[in-house]
Amino acid sequence: MGLKAVPEPTPETQPFWDGCAVGELRIQRCLDCDQPYFYPRPVCPGCGSARVEWFTASGEATLYSYVINYRPAPGFEDEVPYAIAVVQLAEGPRMMTNLTGVASTPEDLVLDMPLRVTFTRRSDVSLPLFAPATMAPESAP
Amino acid sequence: MTGVIIAGAAETDRVGKLPDHSTLQLHVEAALNAVADAGLILKDIDGIATVSSPGPVQIAHSLGIEPRWMDGTGVGGTSFLLHVRHAAAAIMAGYASTVLITHGESGRSRVGATRFAPAPTSIQGQFEAPYGVFGATSAFTIPALRYMKDYGLTHEQLAYVAVAQRRWAAQNPRAMYRDLITVDDVLASRMVAYPFHLLECCLVTDGGGALILTSADRAGKFPKPPVYVLGTGESSETPVISQMADFTESKAFRLAGQAAFAEAGIGTGDVAHLMIYDAFAHLPIYGLEALRFVPKGEAGAFIADGNTEPGGSLPLNTNGGGLSYTHTGMYGMFAIQESVRQVRGEAAAQVDAPEISVVLGNGGMFATSGVLVLGKHPR
Repeated sequence: MGLKAVPEPTPETQPFWDGCAVGELRIQRCLDCDQPYFYPRPVCPGCGSARVEWFTASGEATLYSYVINYRPAPGFEDEVPYAIAVVQLAEGPRMMTNLTGVASTPEDLVLDMPLRVTFTRRSDVSLPLFAPATMAPESAP
Repeated sequence: MTGVIIAGAAETDRVGKLPDHSTLQLHVEAALNAVADAGLILKDIDGIATVSSPGPVQIAHSLGIEPRWMDGTGVGGTSFLLHVRHAAAAIMAGYASTVLITHGESGRSRVGATRFAPAPTSIQGQFEAPYGVFGATSAFTIPALRYMKDYGLTHEQLAYVAVAQRRWAAQNPRAMYRDLITVDDVLASRMVAYPFHLLECCLVTDGGGALILTSADRAGKFPKPPVYVLGTGESSETPVISQMADFTESKAFRLAGQAAFAEAGIGTGDVAHLMIYDAFAHLPIYGLEALRFVPKGEAGAFIADGNTEPGGSLPLNTNGGGLSYTHTGMYGMFAIQESVRQVRGEAAAQVDAPEISVVLGNGGMFATSGVLVLGKHPR
Protein backbone atom coordinates (compact mmCIF):
# COMPACT_ATOMS: atom_id res chain seq x y z
CA MET A 1 0.00 0.00 0.00
CA GLY A 2 1.27 3.42 -0.87
CA LEU A 3 0.30 6.78 0.47
CA LYS A 4 -2.35 9.02 -1.03
CA ALA A 5 -1.02 11.78 -3.26
CA VAL A 6 -0.47 15.05 -1.40
CA PRO A 7 -0.61 18.32 -3.32
CA GLU A 8 2.36 20.67 -3.10
CA PRO A 9 1.27 24.32 -3.35
CA THR A 10 3.05 26.65 -5.74
CA PRO A 11 3.13 30.45 -5.41
CA GLU A 12 0.11 30.97 -7.66
CA THR A 13 -1.95 28.27 -5.88
CA GLN A 14 -0.91 29.06 -2.29
CA PRO A 15 -3.95 31.28 -1.56
CA PHE A 16 -6.26 28.37 -2.47
CA TRP A 17 -4.53 26.02 -0.04
CA ASP A 18 -4.31 28.73 2.63
CA GLY A 19 -8.09 29.07 2.33
CA CYS A 20 -8.64 25.33 2.68
CA ALA A 21 -6.53 25.37 5.85
CA VAL A 22 -9.04 27.73 7.48
CA GLY A 23 -12.14 26.06 6.03
CA GLU A 24 -12.74 28.43 3.12
CA LEU A 25 -13.01 27.56 -0.54
CA ARG A 26 -11.17 30.44 -2.19
CA ILE A 27 -11.17 30.81 -5.96
CA GLN A 28 -10.40 33.66 -8.33
CA ARG A 29 -12.43 36.05 -10.45
CA CYS A 30 -11.65 38.61 -13.10
CA LEU A 31 -12.02 42.28 -12.20
CA ASP A 32 -12.61 43.19 -15.85
CA CYS A 33 -15.18 40.62 -16.99
CA ASP A 34 -16.34 39.35 -13.56
CA GLN A 35 -15.84 35.69 -14.54
CA PRO A 36 -15.00 33.41 -11.60
CA TYR A 37 -12.56 30.63 -12.46
CA PHE A 38 -10.66 27.64 -11.16
CA TYR A 39 -7.83 26.24 -11.12
CA PRO A 40 -5.67 29.06 -9.79
CA ARG A 41 -3.75 31.02 -12.42
CA PRO A 42 -2.69 34.61 -12.87
CA VAL A 43 -4.69 35.44 -16.01
CA CYS A 44 -8.44 35.32 -16.62
CA PRO A 45 -9.20 32.42 -19.00
CA GLY A 46 -12.22 34.31 -20.30
CA CYS A 47 -10.76 37.64 -21.38
CA GLY A 48 -7.01 37.43 -20.76
CA SER A 49 -6.96 40.17 -18.16
CA ALA A 50 -4.31 39.99 -15.44
CA ARG A 51 -6.53 42.06 -13.12
CA VAL A 52 -7.85 39.19 -10.99
CA GLU A 53 -8.70 38.74 -7.32
CA TRP A 54 -9.32 35.96 -4.84
CA PHE A 55 -12.69 35.56 -3.13
CA THR A 56 -14.34 32.97 -0.90
CA ALA A 57 -16.86 30.84 -2.76
CA SER A 58 -20.13 29.80 -1.13
CA GLY A 59 -19.09 26.15 -0.93
CA GLU A 60 -22.35 25.12 -2.59
CA ALA A 61 -22.11 22.87 -5.62
CA THR A 62 -23.91 20.24 -7.68
CA LEU A 63 -22.70 16.87 -8.93
CA TYR A 64 -21.68 17.35 -12.57
CA SER A 65 -20.25 13.89 -13.37
CA TYR A 66 -18.29 11.04 -11.81
CA VAL A 67 -16.94 7.54 -12.05
CA ILE A 68 -16.96 4.84 -9.39
CA ASN A 69 -13.40 3.62 -9.55
CA TYR A 70 -12.41 -0.01 -8.96
CA ARG A 71 -8.65 0.22 -9.64
CA PRO A 72 -7.30 2.12 -6.66
CA ALA A 73 -4.60 4.73 -6.65
CA PRO A 74 -1.93 4.24 -3.98
CA GLY A 75 -3.50 4.79 -0.55
CA PHE A 76 -7.08 4.23 -1.77
CA GLU A 77 -6.95 0.42 -1.53
CA ASP A 78 -9.33 0.21 1.45
CA GLU A 79 -11.92 2.49 -0.16
CA VAL A 80 -12.61 0.55 -3.37
CA PRO A 81 -14.87 1.27 -5.07
CA TYR A 82 -14.71 5.02 -4.58
CA ALA A 83 -16.20 7.90 -6.52
CA ILE A 84 -14.04 10.44 -8.33
CA ALA A 85 -16.34 13.35 -9.01
CA VAL A 86 -16.37 16.64 -10.82
CA VAL A 87 -18.61 19.18 -9.12
CA GLN A 88 -19.96 22.46 -10.40
CA LEU A 89 -19.65 25.27 -7.89
CA ALA A 90 -22.63 27.59 -7.45
CA GLU A 91 -20.35 30.33 -8.84
CA GLY A 92 -19.83 28.34 -12.07
CA PRO A 93 -16.35 26.82 -12.10
CA ARG A 94 -15.91 23.06 -11.79
CA MET A 95 -13.42 21.06 -9.79
CA MET A 96 -12.47 17.44 -9.24
CA THR A 97 -13.06 16.04 -5.77
CA ASN A 98 -14.12 13.04 -3.71
CA LEU A 99 -17.54 12.70 -2.13
CA THR A 100 -18.10 12.02 1.54
CA GLY A 101 -21.19 11.17 3.58
CA VAL A 102 -22.75 9.21 0.72
CA ALA A 103 -22.36 5.65 -0.57
CA SER A 104 -20.43 5.14 -3.80
CA THR A 105 -23.29 3.59 -5.76
CA PRO A 106 -25.05 4.79 -8.91
CA GLU A 107 -28.31 4.86 -6.93
CA ASP A 108 -26.94 7.19 -4.28
CA LEU A 109 -24.97 9.41 -6.63
CA VAL A 110 -27.49 11.26 -8.75
CA LEU A 111 -26.20 13.86 -11.18
CA ASP A 112 -27.08 17.45 -10.24
CA MET A 113 -27.67 16.55 -6.57
CA PRO A 114 -26.80 19.47 -4.27
CA LEU A 115 -23.49 19.27 -2.43
CA ARG A 116 -21.61 21.34 0.10
CA VAL A 117 -17.87 21.63 0.63
CA THR A 118 -16.13 20.12 3.63
CA PHE A 119 -12.45 19.78 4.35
CA THR A 120 -10.21 16.89 5.32
CA ARG A 121 -6.65 16.93 6.53
CA ARG A 122 -4.02 15.07 4.52
CA SER A 123 -0.42 15.40 5.62
CA ASP A 124 0.16 19.15 5.96
CA VAL A 125 -2.67 20.35 3.68
CA SER A 126 -6.45 20.48 3.87
CA LEU A 127 -8.30 19.03 0.87
CA PRO A 128 -11.77 20.16 -0.21
CA LEU A 129 -14.29 17.30 -0.39
CA PHE A 130 -18.02 17.53 -1.01
CA ALA A 131 -20.94 16.01 0.90
CA PRO A 132 -24.67 15.95 0.14
CA ALA A 133 -26.22 19.24 1.15
CA THR A 134 -28.92 18.82 3.78
CA MET A 135 -31.95 20.98 3.23
CA ALA A 136 -32.17 24.00 5.47
CA PRO A 137 -35.02 23.58 8.02
CA GLU A 138 -37.05 26.52 6.69
CA SER A 139 -37.09 25.11 3.15
CA ALA A 140 -38.01 21.58 4.20
CA PRO A 141 -41.50 20.49 3.20
CA MET B 1 3.57 23.15 -54.68
CA THR B 2 1.84 19.83 -55.16
CA GLY B 3 1.44 18.69 -51.62
CA VAL B 4 2.71 15.76 -49.63
CA ILE B 5 2.26 11.99 -49.74
CA ILE B 6 2.77 9.13 -47.35
CA ALA B 7 5.23 7.00 -49.32
CA GLY B 8 5.94 4.38 -46.68
CA ALA B 9 4.00 2.98 -43.75
CA ALA B 10 4.55 -0.04 -41.56
CA GLU B 11 4.08 -1.42 -38.08
CA THR B 12 6.43 -3.61 -36.08
CA ASP B 13 6.56 -7.25 -37.22
CA ARG B 14 4.17 -8.10 -34.39
CA VAL B 15 1.99 -6.10 -32.03
CA GLY B 16 0.68 -7.32 -28.68
CA LYS B 17 2.94 -8.88 -26.06
CA LEU B 18 6.59 -8.27 -26.94
CA PRO B 19 8.66 -8.62 -23.75
CA ASP B 20 11.74 -9.22 -25.94
CA HIS B 21 11.56 -5.65 -27.34
CA SER B 22 12.50 -2.42 -25.60
CA THR B 23 10.72 0.83 -26.42
CA LEU B 24 13.73 1.88 -28.49
CA GLN B 25 13.80 -1.44 -30.38
CA LEU B 26 10.14 -1.00 -31.29
CA HIS B 27 10.90 2.43 -32.80
CA VAL B 28 13.85 1.02 -34.74
CA GLU B 29 12.01 -2.03 -36.06
CA ALA B 30 9.06 0.09 -37.18
CA ALA B 31 11.41 2.60 -38.84
CA LEU B 32 13.27 -0.09 -40.77
CA ASN B 33 9.97 -1.62 -41.91
CA ALA B 34 8.63 1.74 -43.10
CA VAL B 35 11.84 2.62 -44.94
CA ALA B 36 11.73 -0.77 -46.68
CA ASP B 37 8.03 -0.29 -47.47
CA ALA B 38 8.96 2.93 -49.28
CA GLY B 39 11.83 1.24 -51.14
CA LEU B 40 14.32 3.64 -49.55
CA ILE B 41 17.45 3.37 -47.41
CA LEU B 42 18.02 5.14 -44.11
CA LYS B 43 20.44 7.63 -45.71
CA ASP B 44 17.52 8.99 -47.75
CA ILE B 45 15.88 10.31 -44.58
CA ASP B 46 16.64 13.95 -43.77
CA GLY B 47 13.86 14.75 -41.30
CA ILE B 48 12.62 12.97 -38.21
CA ALA B 49 9.69 13.29 -35.84
CA THR B 50 8.74 11.30 -32.77
CA VAL B 51 7.68 11.77 -29.17
CA SER B 52 9.94 11.88 -26.16
CA SER B 53 11.04 9.59 -24.83
CA PRO B 54 13.22 8.31 -26.49
CA GLY B 55 12.76 11.40 -28.72
CA PRO B 56 14.01 12.40 -32.15
CA VAL B 57 17.67 12.74 -31.16
CA GLN B 58 17.84 9.18 -29.84
CA ILE B 59 15.95 7.72 -32.79
CA ALA B 60 18.03 9.60 -35.37
CA HIS B 61 21.23 8.54 -33.64
CA SER B 62 20.13 4.92 -33.36
CA LEU B 63 19.41 4.83 -37.09
CA GLY B 64 22.45 6.83 -38.24
CA ILE B 65 20.26 9.61 -39.61
CA GLU B 66 21.55 13.21 -39.79
CA PRO B 67 18.33 15.25 -39.63
CA ARG B 68 18.12 18.76 -41.02
CA TRP B 69 14.61 19.04 -39.54
CA MET B 70 13.15 17.46 -36.43
CA ASP B 71 10.00 17.58 -34.37
CA GLY B 72 9.61 16.22 -30.85
CA THR B 73 6.01 17.26 -30.31
CA GLY B 74 4.69 15.10 -27.48
CA VAL B 75 1.07 15.87 -26.70
CA GLY B 76 -0.16 12.35 -26.08
CA GLY B 77 -1.41 9.63 -28.38
CA THR B 78 -2.36 12.01 -31.19
CA SER B 79 1.21 13.32 -31.49
CA PHE B 80 1.91 11.32 -34.66
CA LEU B 81 -0.98 13.00 -36.46
CA LEU B 82 0.56 16.34 -35.51
CA HIS B 83 3.93 15.07 -36.75
CA VAL B 84 2.32 14.35 -40.13
CA ARG B 85 0.92 17.88 -40.19
CA HIS B 86 4.20 19.48 -39.17
CA ALA B 87 6.20 17.30 -41.57
CA ALA B 88 3.90 18.23 -44.45
CA ALA B 89 4.56 21.90 -43.72
CA ALA B 90 8.30 21.29 -43.45
CA ILE B 91 8.42 19.43 -46.76
CA MET B 92 6.45 22.16 -48.51
CA ALA B 93 8.77 24.77 -46.98
CA GLY B 94 11.83 22.88 -48.17
CA TYR B 95 13.15 22.19 -44.68
CA ALA B 96 13.24 18.46 -45.37
CA SER B 97 12.59 16.20 -48.35
CA THR B 98 11.94 12.83 -46.73
CA VAL B 99 10.63 12.64 -43.18
CA LEU B 100 10.51 9.58 -40.94
CA ILE B 101 7.89 9.54 -38.14
CA THR B 102 8.25 6.76 -35.57
CA HIS B 103 6.28 5.32 -32.69
CA GLY B 104 7.33 2.54 -30.36
CA GLU B 105 5.96 1.79 -26.92
CA SER B 106 6.42 -1.09 -24.55
CA GLY B 107 3.09 -0.23 -22.98
CA ARG B 108 2.34 -3.71 -21.69
CA SER B 109 5.77 -5.20 -20.93
CA ARG B 110 7.27 -1.85 -19.85
CA VAL B 111 10.74 -2.71 -21.22
CA GLY B 112 12.84 0.44 -21.31
CA ALA B 113 9.70 2.47 -20.68
CA THR B 114 9.35 5.55 -18.50
CA ARG B 115 6.72 5.74 -15.76
CA PHE B 116 4.32 8.61 -15.72
CA ALA B 117 3.34 10.19 -12.44
CA PRO B 118 2.33 13.84 -12.22
CA ALA B 119 4.57 16.05 -10.11
CA PRO B 120 2.80 17.07 -6.86
CA THR B 121 3.35 20.71 -7.85
CA SER B 122 1.67 20.30 -11.27
CA ILE B 123 -1.95 21.20 -11.86
CA GLN B 124 -2.76 17.47 -12.10
CA GLY B 125 -0.73 16.80 -8.97
CA GLN B 126 -2.52 19.48 -6.95
CA PHE B 127 -6.07 19.30 -8.22
CA GLU B 128 -6.69 15.76 -9.55
CA ALA B 129 -4.19 13.18 -8.24
CA PRO B 130 -5.17 13.73 -4.56
CA TYR B 131 -8.64 12.38 -5.39
CA GLY B 132 -7.43 8.92 -6.32
CA VAL B 133 -7.02 9.32 -10.06
CA PHE B 134 -4.99 6.34 -11.20
CA GLY B 135 -4.39 6.27 -14.91
CA ALA B 136 -6.74 6.96 -17.77
CA THR B 137 -9.39 4.45 -16.67
CA SER B 138 -10.25 6.58 -13.63
CA ALA B 139 -10.30 9.99 -15.30
CA PHE B 140 -10.82 9.81 -19.09
CA THR B 141 -14.09 8.08 -18.25
CA ILE B 142 -15.54 10.81 -16.02
CA PRO B 143 -17.40 12.85 -18.69
CA ALA B 144 -19.47 9.88 -19.89
CA LEU B 145 -22.19 9.92 -17.20
CA ARG B 146 -22.92 13.58 -17.96
CA TYR B 147 -23.33 12.71 -21.64
CA MET B 148 -25.55 9.75 -20.74
CA LYS B 149 -27.85 11.87 -18.61
CA ASP B 150 -28.04 14.83 -21.01
CA TYR B 151 -28.47 12.83 -24.24
CA GLY B 152 -30.00 9.55 -23.10
CA LEU B 153 -27.11 7.33 -24.16
CA THR B 154 -27.80 3.91 -22.63
CA HIS B 155 -25.37 1.47 -21.04
CA GLU B 156 -26.29 -0.95 -23.82
CA GLN B 157 -25.41 1.59 -26.54
CA LEU B 158 -22.07 2.32 -24.89
CA ALA B 159 -21.36 -1.41 -24.72
CA TYR B 160 -22.31 -1.79 -28.38
CA VAL B 161 -19.31 0.33 -29.42
CA ALA B 162 -17.08 -2.56 -28.31
CA VAL B 163 -19.36 -5.10 -30.01
CA ALA B 164 -19.21 -3.25 -33.36
CA GLN B 165 -15.45 -2.92 -33.29
CA ARG B 166 -14.96 -6.58 -32.40
CA ARG B 167 -16.76 -7.42 -35.66
CA TRP B 168 -13.94 -5.66 -37.52
CA ALA B 169 -11.26 -7.24 -35.33
CA ALA B 170 -12.66 -10.68 -36.13
CA GLN B 171 -11.46 -10.08 -39.72
CA ASN B 172 -7.98 -8.96 -38.67
CA PRO B 173 -5.48 -11.74 -37.87
CA ARG B 174 -3.19 -9.25 -36.09
CA ALA B 175 -5.88 -8.11 -33.66
CA MET B 176 -5.32 -9.15 -30.06
CA TYR B 177 -9.01 -10.01 -29.50
CA ARG B 178 -10.98 -11.54 -32.38
CA ASP B 179 -13.81 -13.54 -30.80
CA LEU B 180 -17.20 -11.96 -31.43
CA ILE B 181 -18.88 -10.53 -28.34
CA THR B 182 -22.39 -9.42 -27.39
CA VAL B 183 -23.70 -6.48 -25.39
CA ASP B 184 -24.34 -8.92 -22.54
CA ASP B 185 -20.69 -10.03 -22.65
CA VAL B 186 -19.57 -6.43 -22.36
CA LEU B 187 -21.95 -5.63 -19.50
CA ALA B 188 -20.91 -8.83 -17.71
CA SER B 189 -17.19 -8.03 -17.89
CA ARG B 190 -15.79 -6.68 -14.65
CA MET B 191 -16.40 -3.08 -13.69
CA VAL B 192 -13.31 -0.89 -14.06
CA ALA B 193 -14.73 2.57 -13.44
CA TYR B 194 -18.53 2.77 -13.47
CA PRO B 195 -20.05 3.14 -16.02
CA PHE B 196 -17.12 1.48 -17.85
CA HIS B 197 -16.62 -2.29 -17.91
CA LEU B 198 -13.36 -3.96 -18.89
CA LEU B 199 -14.46 -4.53 -22.51
CA GLU B 200 -15.24 -0.80 -22.87
CA CYS B 201 -11.59 0.02 -22.08
CA CYS B 202 -8.69 -0.26 -24.50
CA LEU B 203 -6.06 -2.96 -24.49
CA VAL B 204 -2.58 -2.35 -23.14
CA THR B 205 -0.02 -3.68 -25.61
CA ASP B 206 3.49 -3.40 -27.02
CA GLY B 207 4.19 -2.31 -30.57
CA GLY B 208 5.25 0.41 -32.95
CA GLY B 209 4.71 1.97 -36.32
CA ALA B 210 6.41 4.40 -38.68
CA LEU B 211 5.65 6.57 -41.68
CA ILE B 212 7.69 8.09 -44.52
CA LEU B 213 6.45 11.42 -45.91
CA THR B 214 7.76 13.20 -48.98
CA SER B 215 6.71 15.62 -51.70
CA ALA B 216 3.84 14.58 -53.95
CA ASP B 217 6.16 15.42 -56.87
CA ARG B 218 7.64 12.00 -56.24
CA ALA B 219 4.33 10.09 -56.34
CA GLY B 220 4.64 6.95 -58.45
CA LYS B 221 8.31 6.47 -57.66
CA PHE B 222 7.72 4.17 -54.70
CA PRO B 223 6.69 0.52 -54.53
CA LYS B 224 3.31 1.23 -52.91
CA PRO B 225 0.52 3.54 -54.15
CA PRO B 226 0.82 7.08 -52.78
CA VAL B 227 -1.49 8.24 -50.01
CA TYR B 228 -2.09 11.98 -50.29
CA VAL B 229 -2.21 14.20 -47.21
CA LEU B 230 -5.19 16.33 -48.26
CA GLY B 231 -5.93 18.17 -45.05
CA THR B 232 -4.72 18.38 -41.47
CA GLY B 233 -5.77 20.02 -38.24
CA GLU B 234 -4.64 20.23 -34.64
CA SER B 235 -5.95 21.75 -31.44
CA SER B 236 -5.92 21.49 -27.66
CA GLU B 237 -8.46 22.10 -24.96
CA THR B 238 -7.33 21.41 -21.40
CA PRO B 239 -4.50 19.67 -19.54
CA VAL B 240 -6.91 18.39 -16.87
CA ILE B 241 -10.16 16.66 -17.76
CA SER B 242 -12.10 18.40 -14.98
CA GLN B 243 -11.74 21.65 -16.92
CA MET B 244 -13.32 20.51 -20.22
CA ALA B 245 -15.72 23.29 -21.14
CA ASP B 246 -18.56 20.84 -21.76
CA PHE B 247 -18.40 17.19 -20.71
CA THR B 248 -20.66 16.19 -23.60
CA GLU B 249 -18.35 17.30 -26.40
CA SER B 250 -14.66 17.63 -27.26
CA LYS B 251 -13.70 21.10 -28.40
CA ALA B 252 -10.26 19.87 -29.48
CA PHE B 253 -11.81 17.18 -31.69
CA ARG B 254 -14.17 19.73 -33.24
CA LEU B 255 -11.55 22.39 -33.98
CA ALA B 256 -8.98 19.96 -35.37
CA GLY B 257 -11.65 18.39 -37.55
CA GLN B 258 -12.91 21.70 -38.88
CA ALA B 259 -9.37 22.72 -39.89
CA ALA B 260 -8.64 19.42 -41.64
CA PHE B 261 -11.95 19.25 -43.52
CA ALA B 262 -11.62 22.90 -44.60
CA GLU B 263 -8.08 22.44 -45.87
CA ALA B 264 -9.07 19.33 -47.80
CA GLY B 265 -12.22 21.02 -49.09
CA ILE B 266 -14.38 18.06 -48.14
CA GLY B 267 -17.55 17.40 -46.20
CA THR B 268 -18.59 14.36 -44.23
CA GLY B 269 -20.32 12.93 -47.30
CA ASP B 270 -16.94 12.57 -49.01
CA VAL B 271 -15.55 10.29 -46.28
CA ALA B 272 -15.68 6.57 -47.05
CA HIS B 273 -13.60 5.33 -44.13
CA LEU B 274 -13.02 6.71 -40.66
CA MET B 275 -10.68 6.05 -37.75
CA ILE B 276 -11.47 7.57 -34.34
CA TYR B 277 -8.99 7.10 -31.50
CA ASP B 278 -10.78 4.77 -29.09
CA ALA B 279 -9.05 4.54 -25.74
CA PHE B 280 -12.55 4.01 -24.30
CA ALA B 281 -15.95 3.23 -25.76
CA HIS B 282 -17.25 6.78 -25.49
CA LEU B 283 -14.58 8.24 -27.77
CA PRO B 284 -16.11 7.10 -31.08
CA ILE B 285 -19.36 8.69 -29.90
CA TYR B 286 -17.70 12.01 -29.11
CA GLY B 287 -15.67 11.80 -32.32
CA LEU B 288 -18.59 11.13 -34.66
CA GLU B 289 -20.42 14.14 -33.23
CA ALA B 290 -17.38 16.46 -33.16
CA LEU B 291 -16.75 15.75 -36.85
CA ARG B 292 -20.48 16.29 -37.54
CA PHE B 293 -21.11 12.86 -39.02
CA VAL B 294 -24.22 12.70 -36.82
CA PRO B 295 -26.15 15.35 -34.87
CA LYS B 296 -25.32 15.86 -31.22
CA GLY B 297 -26.64 13.07 -29.04
CA GLU B 298 -27.25 10.56 -31.84
CA ALA B 299 -23.91 8.79 -32.21
CA GLY B 300 -24.72 6.02 -29.72
CA ALA B 301 -27.82 5.04 -31.66
CA PHE B 302 -25.95 5.43 -34.97
CA ILE B 303 -23.37 2.85 -33.87
CA ALA B 304 -25.95 0.55 -32.24
CA ASP B 305 -27.94 0.58 -35.48
CA GLY B 306 -24.95 -1.03 -37.22
CA ASN B 307 -23.83 1.91 -39.34
CA THR B 308 -20.15 1.68 -38.42
CA GLU B 309 -19.62 -2.11 -38.46
CA PRO B 310 -18.92 -4.43 -41.41
CA GLY B 311 -21.59 -3.81 -44.03
CA GLY B 312 -22.51 -0.42 -42.56
CA SER B 313 -22.55 2.93 -44.35
CA LEU B 314 -19.57 4.42 -42.48
CA PRO B 315 -16.79 1.89 -41.76
CA LEU B 316 -15.21 2.96 -38.47
CA ASN B 317 -12.11 1.62 -36.70
CA THR B 318 -11.72 -1.20 -39.18
CA ASN B 319 -8.58 -2.65 -37.56
CA GLY B 320 -10.64 -3.33 -34.43
CA GLY B 321 -9.37 -0.17 -32.76
CA GLY B 322 -7.76 0.32 -29.40
CA LEU B 323 -10.57 -1.76 -27.92
CA SER B 324 -9.71 -4.93 -29.87
CA TYR B 325 -6.66 -4.48 -32.15
CA THR B 326 -3.87 -2.91 -30.13
CA HIS B 327 -3.25 0.07 -27.83
CA THR B 328 0.30 0.72 -26.76
CA GLY B 329 -0.58 3.89 -24.85
CA MET B 330 -0.13 6.32 -27.75
CA TYR B 331 -2.46 4.69 -30.25
CA GLY B 332 -2.57 7.42 -32.91
CA MET B 333 0.13 5.84 -35.08
CA PHE B 334 -1.96 2.68 -35.46
CA ALA B 335 -5.03 4.64 -36.51
CA ILE B 336 -2.98 6.34 -39.25
CA GLN B 337 -1.54 2.99 -40.34
CA GLU B 338 -5.02 1.52 -40.82
CA SER B 339 -6.15 4.52 -42.87
CA VAL B 340 -3.10 4.17 -45.10
CA ARG B 341 -3.77 0.46 -45.56
CA GLN B 342 -7.41 1.14 -46.45
CA VAL B 343 -6.55 3.86 -49.00
CA ARG B 344 -3.87 1.62 -50.52
CA GLY B 345 -6.32 -1.29 -50.60
CA GLU B 346 -4.23 -3.62 -48.46
CA ALA B 347 -6.16 -3.75 -45.16
CA ALA B 348 -7.10 -7.04 -43.50
CA ALA B 349 -10.76 -5.96 -43.41
CA GLN B 350 -10.65 -3.96 -46.63
CA VAL B 351 -13.63 -1.73 -47.35
CA ASP B 352 -14.72 -0.83 -50.88
CA ALA B 353 -12.01 1.38 -52.38
CA PRO B 354 -12.15 4.36 -50.04
CA GLU B 355 -11.19 7.48 -51.99
CA ILE B 356 -10.94 9.45 -48.76
CA SER B 357 -10.18 8.27 -45.23
CA VAL B 358 -10.19 10.46 -42.11
CA VAL B 359 -8.22 9.88 -38.91
CA LEU B 360 -9.21 11.59 -35.65
CA GLY B 361 -6.58 11.41 -32.94
CA ASN B 362 -6.87 12.07 -29.22
CA GLY B 363 -4.05 13.12 -26.90
CA GLY B 364 -4.15 12.87 -23.13
CA MET B 365 -7.74 12.88 -21.91
CA PHE B 366 -9.60 15.08 -24.40
CA ALA B 367 -6.52 17.31 -24.01
CA THR B 368 -5.35 17.51 -27.60
CA SER B 369 -6.42 16.38 -31.04
CA GLY B 370 -5.11 15.96 -34.53
CA VAL B 371 -7.14 15.14 -37.63
CA LEU B 372 -5.86 13.93 -41.01
CA VAL B 373 -7.72 13.71 -44.30
CA LEU B 374 -5.95 11.12 -46.46
CA GLY B 375 -6.81 10.37 -50.07
CA LYS B 376 -6.06 8.09 -52.97
CA HIS B 377 -5.72 11.01 -55.35
CA PRO B 378 -4.70 14.67 -55.11
CA ARG B 379 -7.50 17.23 -54.98
